[in-house]
Amino acid sequence: MEITQRELITILHGTLFGGFFVMATFALLVILLDRNHPEAAPATPSRGQTIYLVAVVIIGWAAVLTGAYIVYPWYRAIAPAGSALAGYPQRLLIASPTTAGWHTLGMEWKEHVAWFAPMAMTMVVAILLRHRAAWNADRQIRRFVLGFAAVAFLAAALAGGWGVLISKAAPVRGGNTIQLLRSTP
Amino acid sequence: MTATPNSPANGPVAAALLSCALGCFALAVVAVAADGSKRLAAALIFYRPTGPLSGVTTVAVALWLICWAVLARVWSAKSLPLGRVGAAAFALLAASLLLTFPPFGDLLLGR
Repeated sequence: MEITQRELITILHGTLFGGFFVMATFALLVILLDRNHPEAAPATPSRGQTIYLVAVVIIGWAAVLTGAYIVYPWYRAIAPAGSALAGYPQRLLIASPTTAGWHTLGMEWKEHVAWFAPMAMTMVVAILLRHRAAWNADRQIRRFVLGFAAVAFLAAALAGGWGVLISKAAPVRGGNTIQLLRSTP
Repeated sequence: MTATPNSPANGPVAAALLSCALGCFALAVVAVAADGSKRLAAALIFYRPTGPLSGVTTVAVALWLICWAVLARVWSAKSLPLGRVGAAAFALLAASLLLTFPPFGDLLLGR
């Protein structure tokens, strides 16, 4: 049982960072909905809550940065003339009209909309941690923060969903092979 | 309007909301503009393996953070009509989401 280096990094980007971020953002949405009344919210965030919120932001930025600067260059690499397109996902997708949409719609949307998620979540967490008094005092602020958290979730879910579908159509593979388990025939 | 001890200033919150929406809008506008102009796309290649996406996102994130720092400083002790600021922020966010949807960007570029 083995996996290539690029597959492993893609899993870290999409499943560990991206997947965790989507789930953590959804959990935060539920918490924000639950605490939409000032009496239900503590005046200051607990240490555990602070660690969770900061971790969500870090994971969100890790997802977009590993995507844009590690995985995306492998995805969009230009195939040398005459080489097999299997190792060049973007070229493989756009080579056929039946798969081109995965790039022209899916990837082109994903690569931009994904960035809204950590930007919005950074802002949400900054308000929850640094402007808690204003958040507690004003229902309108709580509603706006909830709205931005929902946009972060939507953007992350869109990017993650497209990522899963695109990697089914043209997975990013290559690099050194890592043996996970030695199987006997 | 200034804050009172019972109602903390909402200026820093307004700054955070509006600057985030402006950053998202900047990202969407620069992405569409780079898609429509080969010269701009080439100028936005800050890291060659990633292509113009590196410049589009770096410019947008930088604009967002600068805007946030400036607005937070200017509005630090003020209370603003948050309904209007929020409405503007969500309008910008909606426009950003629409602009990043490739068929809409293509429509704007006349494709």
